[in-house]
Amino acid sequence: MAVVTQHAARSRRGTELLLLVLAVGVAVLAYGMVGLGVDGEWSAGLPQYGGGLAALALVVHGVLRWRAPYADPVLLPVAVALNGLGLAVIHRLDLAEGSAQAPRQLLWSAIGVVAATAVVVALRDHRLLRRYTFVAMAASLVLLLLPLLPVLGRTINGARIWIGVGPLSFQPGEIAKITLAVFFAGYLVTARDTLSLAGRRVLGLRLPRGRDLGPILVAWAGSVGVLVLQRDLGTSLLFFGLFVAVLYLATERVSWIAIGLVLFAGGAYVAYQLFGHVQQRVSGWLDPFDPEVYDRAAGGSYQLVQGLFGLANGGLTGTGLGRGRPDIVPFANSDFVLASLGEELGLAGLFAVLALYLVLVERGLRTAIGVRDGFGKLLAGGLAFTVALQCFVVAGGVLRVIPLTGLTMPFLAAGGSSLLTNWIIIGLLLRISDAARRPAPTPAPAPPGPATSETQIVRTV
Amino acid sequence: MNTPLRRLSLVVALLFALLLGSATWVQFVDAGDLRDDPRNSRTLLAELGRDRGPITAATGEVLAESVPAEGPIAYRRTYPGDPSAATWAHVTGFYSVVYGATGVEDALGSLLAGTADELFYRRLSDLVTGREPSGASVELTLQPEVQEAAAAALGDQRGAVVALEPSTGRVLAMVSSPSYDPGELASLDTEEVRQAYARLLEDDTDPLVNRAVAGDLYPPGSVFKLVTAAAALETGDYTPQSVLPGPAELPLPLTTISLPNVSGEACGPGDEVSLADALRISCNTAFGSLGLTLPDGAVADEAAELGFGRALQVPLRVTPSTYPEDLDEPQRALAAIGQGSVRVTPLQVAMVSAAIANDGVLMAPQMVASVNAEDLSVVDAPEPRELGRAMSEDTAAALTQMMELVVQDGTGTAAQISGVDVAGKSGTAEVGDTDGDGSPEDPHAWFTAFAPAQDPQVAVAVVVENGGDAGSEASGGRTAAPIARQVVEAVIGR
Repeated sequence: MAVVTQHAARSRRGTELLLLVLAVGVAVLAYGMVGLGVDGEWSAGLPQYGGGLAALALVVHGVLRWRAPYADPVLLPVAVALNGLGLAVIHRLDLAEGSAQAPRQLLWSAIGVVAATAVVVALRDHRLLRRYTFVAMAASLVLLLLPLLPVLGRTINGARIWIGVGPLSFQPGEIAKITLAVFFAGYLVTARDTLSLAGRRVLGLRLPRGRDLGPILVAWAGSVGVLVLQRDLGTSLLFFGLFVAVLYLATERVSWIAIGLVLFAGGAYVAYQLFGHVQQRVSGWLDPFDPEVYDRAAGGSYQLVQGLFGLANGGLTGTGLGRGRPDIVPFANSDFVLASLGEELGLAGLFAVLALYLVLVERGLRTAIGVRDGFGKLLAGGLAFTVALQCFVVAGGVLRVIPLTGLTMPFLAAGGSSLLTNWIIIGLLLRISDAARRPAPTPAPAPPGPATSETQIVRTV
Repeated sequence: MNTPLRRLSLVVALLFALLLGSATWVQFVDAGDLRDDPRNSRTLLAELGRDRGPITAATGEVLAESVPAEGPIAYRRTYPGDPSAATWAHVTGFYSVVYGATGVEDALGSLLAGTADELFYRRLSDLVTGREPSGASVELTLQPEVQEAAAAALGDQRGAVVALEPSTGRVLAMVSSPSYDPGELASLDTEEVRQAYARLLEDDTDPLVNRAVAGDLYPPGSVFKLVTAAAALETGDYTPQSVLPGPAELPLPLTTISLPNVSGEACGPGDEVSLADALRISCNTAFGSLGLTLPDGAVADEAAELGFGRALQVPLRVTPSTYPEDLDEPQRALAAIGQGSVRVTPLQVAMVSAAIANDGVLMAPQMVASVNAEDLSVVDAPEPRELGRAMSEDTAAALTQMMELVVQDGTGTAAQISGVDVAGKSGTAEVGDTDGDGSPEDPHAWFTAFAPAQDPQVAVAVVVENGGDAGSEASGGRTAAPIARQVVEAVIGR
C-alpha cells in the first residue's frame, strides 16, 4: 500500500517574486547592453523600458497573490524573461534598421498582460469554460474565416491570415489557438469513452469505429482548409498537431496518433504536389545552398541561409548584443528572431532560451498532471503542447530540422496578436495551476448516511 | 490521463533535444564551413568594420590602406600605388566586400585584419583595455623603382616580369600584364563591384590572373637550356669546352621527325659545337642530343633541385612548375630545349638564374620584409631561407661565364649594359595552336638574366606572350632582353 505523505501546501509566491526580479534584471540588462554594443552608450529609454516591464510583472504578481495564490510560481517569470529578451532583440534590430518596433511591442506586452490578468481575475474556475465548448467552436470558425472576408482580410507576404482596420492589423488565427484548445478539451472529455473503448484490435492497435473517425476527419479537413485558403503551412500544422495531441491525451490510444500521422503525411504529400509554395519550402529546406534555390527571387532559401550564416558567426558565445549583423536576415525580428538571438548571444544564449521554453511547456504539462478534472487536464495539456509545437516548428525551420513555415516564436518575436494570445495562454495556465496546487479543502465532517457506505462509484481521472 | 501526459512531456523533451542538437550543429560543428561560405558577407563585414593594416613597399610607399568611410561600413580599402594602383594590383591583390580577397590581401589576410593567431596576446590586451583592435601592417620586399621600371618596360604587352635578389630570395619586382584597378573592386558599392568584376572576368586577356606566379604555366623554350646545361656539368662528364654534335637537324629516334635549329644551319664547323657556344647561340640540336645522351633522370633531378614541382608560398601561392615524368627518347630531346611538356612560371625561371648567381644555392623567394603590429613591434620578419644547393659552385661559375657570353656575343646582346657584366639567356617558346584557328600562335619571348655577373644583385625573368608587339618576328633576344635590361638597370642604378 502506498504511503501518502501530506505536505503543507505552499503558495510559493515569494519564489515567484525572486524569479521575477531575476527575469526583469536579465531582460533590462540585455536591453541596456544593446545600446552599449551598438553606440557605446546605454540604450535610450532604459528607465522607461525597465520600469514598464517591472510594473507589468508586478501587476500580474499582485493579482496572483490576490486571486490565485497557489498558481505555478515559474510560469510568470519565464514568460516575463522571454518577453523582455524579445524586446531587447527587437530594440537591437530597431537600431540597425531604423525602425520603431520595440515601443509597439511594449504596448502589446501591456495589452497581453492586462488580458492575462483579466483571465485570472474574471475566470474564477477554469471548469466554467467547459460550458462554452460549442461557443468556442463557433468562435474558432469565425476567427479562422475572418481574414477571408473581402474588406477586412489582408494578404501579407503571401498568407491571408490577417485582418486590418485602418492602420491596425491582427491575426485572428492566433486567438483561435485558444478557442480551439477549449473546444477540443470540452468535446473530447465528453466523447473520450466512445472514442477510446469501441473498435477492433488490429496488429496491437485498437482501431476506432468508422463513425468515430468523424471528428478527426473534420479537424483534418479544417486544417487542410486553412492551408489551402490561407496558404499558411505553420498554422495548419499547429492546429492538426494540437487536435491529435489532445485526442491522444483523452483516449490514451496510440492508434489515434498513428491515424493522425497517416492523415498528416497524406495531406502533406497532396499539398506538396498541388502547391508551388509548399514545394519551394521543401526544396529550400533540402538544398538551401544550391545556387539556384538560393538565388530564386521569391520563395528561395536566401533568408534561411542568411539565418544559418548569422548563427554560425555567433558560434558558441555569440558576437555580443549589438555587435553582430542580424539585420542582414529578412524578418530578423519576427520569423527569424531566433537567428538574431543566436548570432548575438551564441549557442549558449540559444540553449538558455530554448531551455526557458522547455521549462514553460513542462510546467504547463505538470499543471495538467496535477489538476484533478479531465477538462482541465486536456486544456492545460493542449495549451502547453501548442506552445511546444509552435517552438519546434519555428526553431526547427530556422535551424533546418524541418521546412520553414510562417510561425513566430511565442513571446520573443515581434507581433501583437501572437503576444496577446500567448499571454492569455499564460493566464489560463496560471488559473488551472492554481486549481492544481491549491490544497484540497478539508473535508467537512461526513454526514451520516449512504454516502459513507462502501458502494460509492469512484471514477479516476 | 496522466500516463499520456507524461509520455507527451517526454515527446516534447525529445523535440527540444532535436532543436538543441541541430543548434549545436549549425553554431559549432558546421559553423566553420558556414563562415567560410563566400555568400556569408558577415565574415567580410566584420573585417571591414576593423581598421585593416596597410601594405607598403620596401621604401615605405603605401600600396594599400584602409581609410574611414561614411555609412554602415567603417572603413574602405584604397590602393594609392604609384604610378597607378594597377602597377601593384597583382602584388597587393584586391579586397572586396563581394568577392573576398586575392594577392597579399588574401595570403596575409588574417594578419592584416588583426585576427591571426600571432596577434592573439595583443588582441587579449585590446579586449581588456577596451581598445578597438586593428590589423598589422605588412612591409613588402618589392622596390618601387624596380617595379615601376618593369611595368613600364613591359608596357601593355601581355606577359610577366619577376626580379629576385639572388643572395636572399627577396622579390624586388613582380609585374603581370595586363593589370586592373583593385580600387574598383574594393568599392563599397556592391553593384559597381559586381559590374567591374564581371567585366574583368569576361576580358579574354585575363587581367585578374597573376601571370608571374599563378597563371597558366608557360613553355620555357630555350631558357630551360640553363637547366639542361647545369645537369650536364653536374655529371662531371662535361665542361663548357666539351664538344657536342651540332648538325642543322637532329633526327629523333623512334620517330620520322627531326629537331631543327631555328637558323636552319649547323651550329659549328663539322656539325660540332662546344657546350658554351651551344648555349651562346642557343643551339637546339646540341641540347637535344644532350637530352638523349645524359643519364636518365639527370635533367629531371636538376630541375627538381632548382624548384620544379615545389608548391611555394611567397606568401602568394605559386603554381609548381613541371618537368614531365616517364619520357621516351624524342620527348627527352624536346624537354632538354624547353619544349615538349615542360611548363614553368616566370618566378621559376628567375629562381634558376638566381641559383646560378648565388653560387648554386637556391634561396626561397619571399615578398614579405616584415609584419608589424600597430604598436610597431615586429610580429614577423622572415629570414632568408635556403631551399637547398641546386648545383656545385664550379657548375654555377661555369654557367655564369657561359651566360655572360650569351649577352656579350650571343642571342642576348640586347641586354648589354655598358660597364656592367650581365649574364643572361634568351628563349623563344613555340606554343602551337592554342586558340584552335588552324595556325600556330606567335611564340612566347623569354629572357632571364642576372647582374653584375661577379656580384649579382638581381636575377630577372621576363616573358612576353605571343611575341608581344613584335608578333611572329619576336624572339627572346629581341623582345624580352631589353625589358630584362631595364629592370637590371633599375636595380643597379638605385
